[in-house]
Amino acid sequence: MDRIPILRMGQCLLITIQVDMYDRLALTLQDDLTAKIYATGAKGVLIDISALEIVDSFMGRMIANTSAMARILDARTIVVGMRPAVAITLVELGLELPGIQTALDVERGMELLKASIELAQTDA
Amino acid sequence: MPSREPVPLRNEHDIVAARQLVRTVAQQLQFSLVDMTKLVTAASELARNVLVHGGGGTMLCETEHASGRDCIRLTFEDSGPGIPDIGLAMKDGWTSGSGLGMGLPGTKRLVNEFQLDTQPGRGTKVTIARWK
Repeated sequence: MDRIPILRMGQCLLITIQVDMYDRLALTLQDDLTAKIYATGAKGVLIDISALEIVDSFMGRMIANTSAMARILDARTIVVGMRPAVAITLVELGLELPGIQTALDVERGMELLKASIELAQTDA
Repeated sequence: MPSREPVPLRNEHDIVAARQLVRTVAQQLQFSLVDMTKLVTAASELARNVLVHGGGGTMLCETEHASGRDCIRLTFEDSGPGIPDIGLAMKDGWTSGSGLGMGLPGTKRLVNEFQLDTQPGRGTKVTIARWK
């Protein structure tokens, strides 16, 4: 069965979506990710969608749901690498992904995540 | 070039295949990246509608050439329950299922032509076109 790998980098988990998403793959990813956050105590999740040529409302919902699931498991999600044509299409479609934090690429996303994790730890 | 035959939309993998077909045709006609992305996204939305609301159906991909411009025309057909209230289905934010309610009105914004033909109990036919 197809599976999207989840890599661990310190306190963060990195997911690179490189194949066309379909329902079962998305559900498996949500299962795997929530289990991995629980097992590792990861504080941040980076979802790299730079390989996706399109994001439709189903995939948008999948990304939003995955992010919400991570949030209530005390991990914040940043979506990185969205292609410009995908951003244009998403907004015209009416899907602005409210509540989803984004960064241009993995490097910037990782910096953002690290900063927010450090901030949370200082607050605590 | 695209087959003259409709392609089946019976499962999730057919949606992926339908997207790939539309992408290939758009590339052959040298659509811009943004136009191609919009059309493939619209096709994905409608193909999913066929599967989720219509219980499966078909997509027909045709090309046209008029007044020096190329056009891709896609027809999605199912023999499902149809849409009882078209006005409601075309309203932003409305959804009958688990979607975000962006399906039809959002899809319409992504293309140049949009035609919805449905009758309760007789299925749904949606035709969209995007000109280069």
